[in-house]
Amino acid sequence: MRRPSPRLLLACVLFILLALAPILTIFVGNDYPLIVLTRVLILAMAAVSLDLILGYGGMVSLGHAAFLGLGAYAVGIMTTEGVTSGLVQWPLAILLTALVALVIGALSLRTRGVYFILVTLAFAQMIYFVSVGLDAYGGEDGLVVPTRSRFSVLDLSDRTSFYFLCLVLLFAAIAFVAHLARTRFGLVLRGAAMNERRMRALGFPVYRYRLAAFVIAGALCGLAGILLANHSEFVSPSIMNWGRSADLIIMVVLGGIGSAVGPLLGAMVFMLAEETLSHLTTYWQLIFGPLILIFVRFARSGLIGLFPERSGDG
Amino acid sequence: MSLLIEQTLNGVQLALLLFLVAAGLTLVFGIMDFMNLSHGSLFMMGAYFAATFVPMTGSFVLGGLLAIMCTTLLGFAVEAIWLRPLFGRGHLDQVLGTFGLVLFFNDFVRLVWGAAGRTLAVPQMLAGQVSLGPSLTYPVYRLVLIGAGLVVAGGLYLLVQRTKAGMVIRAAASDRDMAGAIGADVTLVSTFVFGLGAALAGLAGLFAAPLLTVQIGMGDNILILTLVIIVIGGLGSVRGAFLAALIVGLIDALGRAYLPELLRLVLSPVAASTAAGALSSVAIYILLAAVLLVKPQGLFPARGAR
Repeated sequence: MRRPSPRLLLACVLFILLALAPILTIFVGNDYPLIVLTRVLILAMAAVSLDLILGYGGMVSLGHAAFLGLGAYAVGIMTTEGVTSGLVQWPLAILLTALVALVIGALSLRTRGVYFILVTLAFAQMIYFVSVGLDAYGGEDGLVVPTRSRFSVLDLSDRTSFYFLCLVLLFAAIAFVAHLARTRFGLVLRGAAMNERRMRALGFPVYRYRLAAFVIAGALCGLAGILLANHSEFVSPSIMNWGRSADLIIMVVLGGIGSAVGPLLGAMVFMLAEETLSHLTTYWQLIFGPLILIFVRFARSGLIGLFPERSGDG
Repeated sequence: MSLLIEQTLNGVQLALLLFLVAAGLTLVFGIMDFMNLSHGSLFMMGAYFAATFVPMTGSFVLGGLLAIMCTTLLGFAVEAIWLRPLFGRGHLDQVLGTFGLVLFFNDFVRLVWGAAGRTLAVPQMLAGQVSLGPSLTYPVYRLVLIGAGLVVAGGLYLLVQRTKAGMVIRAAASDRDMAGAIGADVTLVSTFVFGLGAALAGLAGLFAAPLLTVQIGMGDNILILTLVIIVIGGLGSVRGAFLAALIVGLIDALGRAYLPELLRLVLSPVAASTAAGALSSVAIYILLAAVLLVKPQGLFPARGAR
């Protein structure tokens, strides 16, 4: 019998640890760790979705936070307009992000390299400015989301059940991306990242494969946005600030690109670093900035490099 | 009519500021194929140096020169310490490495100058308004700024197009390997261009300081506009950056002035002003998308650029 790969074991261990985390709140006596962890899970989901295009597809998108913002704003606006049912809100919000991802992807995938980075950034800025201009929905100040999405079977306003919902959805997303990477679709995507011309010569319509991946990643990130709006009960343009897009890339690279579970590790370490450094000093970015550079220079395989893909590899 | 003239002048002035930042950025892009997100931070540092040295020396010219000198030195230091290891690495590494630098500078400014913004008064000599016609007065400082910006742009044009050094820069920007093969020291060229870019960014920071609040993050907004400009203009092309800056500056200024009136023809006044605000911010990104659809290499690509 084959031994399970170290990465699968890692995923299982992380799942168990995160599932036990709510016990912490009993010891600490307040909800603060749970609130922070819920946020970690949500941002990890955004990072996992980015990994699909960045890690497997080799597409460096510097505008991924736009989809986070779109999902969040869709929930915020629908709630404000009196549509609170999650069964209506969530599919509509995901559909919206998928459609926007389709348009942005169709345009920006016509470009390569630096141009792709800049064009995704530009489109994200465009959506950012649209949200700033939404005076009816708070404009620059943002919008309070009065109630969380309503589901008949689940009460999202209960912090613990919301945490577990995020946990389950995150691991479903990780499993989905990991599975997708092993299918024919994923193989074409990864092949095109390594040698686009060869994949074309083999007859694969690379553009369409990439576009499909871009839309899936956008929709998945939209789901993270939906969760984020429910979690913070507040949406504002800063959700999709360009720095947030860069943060997501850092999480993916920190954890290890093209590894599905890596971005979760990356998000955890990123948020941990932010929490600890910002408690140490107000000027934590003064330390964090150089840390990023050192990391980029010396540890490019990411944390996931500690866990080989198959047992016996490392 | 006077509104049109005023807004055109505002647009040109914005364009020249953006061009000063974009010129250095596009050359480094062209020569080193280097994705630099930290160029806006040099603009911010220039503005902070200006807001410090001008009051300290009591002279806009002397303080300004000090500010530009400091920004240039800082640019050389940044290139040698932080950016050189990233040359030749993938774009992803460059995005991350230079984003780290953006974070570093933002908190560096917070540490040294504090979180509150600063203001710099317009120099006394240029504080007044000048009459440009029957119903139009315009601030002297902005006019001088336009003049100075044009002079610098002209000087840069002469440097790049008419001198030996400029020839080497253009050669390196259009084909780095070939320029290296025929004996140009491409690393030296890039260091020089980086210093030049830092000086221009510092100059733009100095010019902008009396017009804007000098604050943390001011570089980020400028950075993204300049990135749009160098993509529209074509990476590595100074001429392209100049023309694209003009287009972007004019669209921004005229859009803000005329869109509300145009939209009022079809929308209610409140809706028109809301939509116009959003639309004029979005307009340049729509332009960018259109340019990329028609000419993915930009409107005025550097010849032979990859």
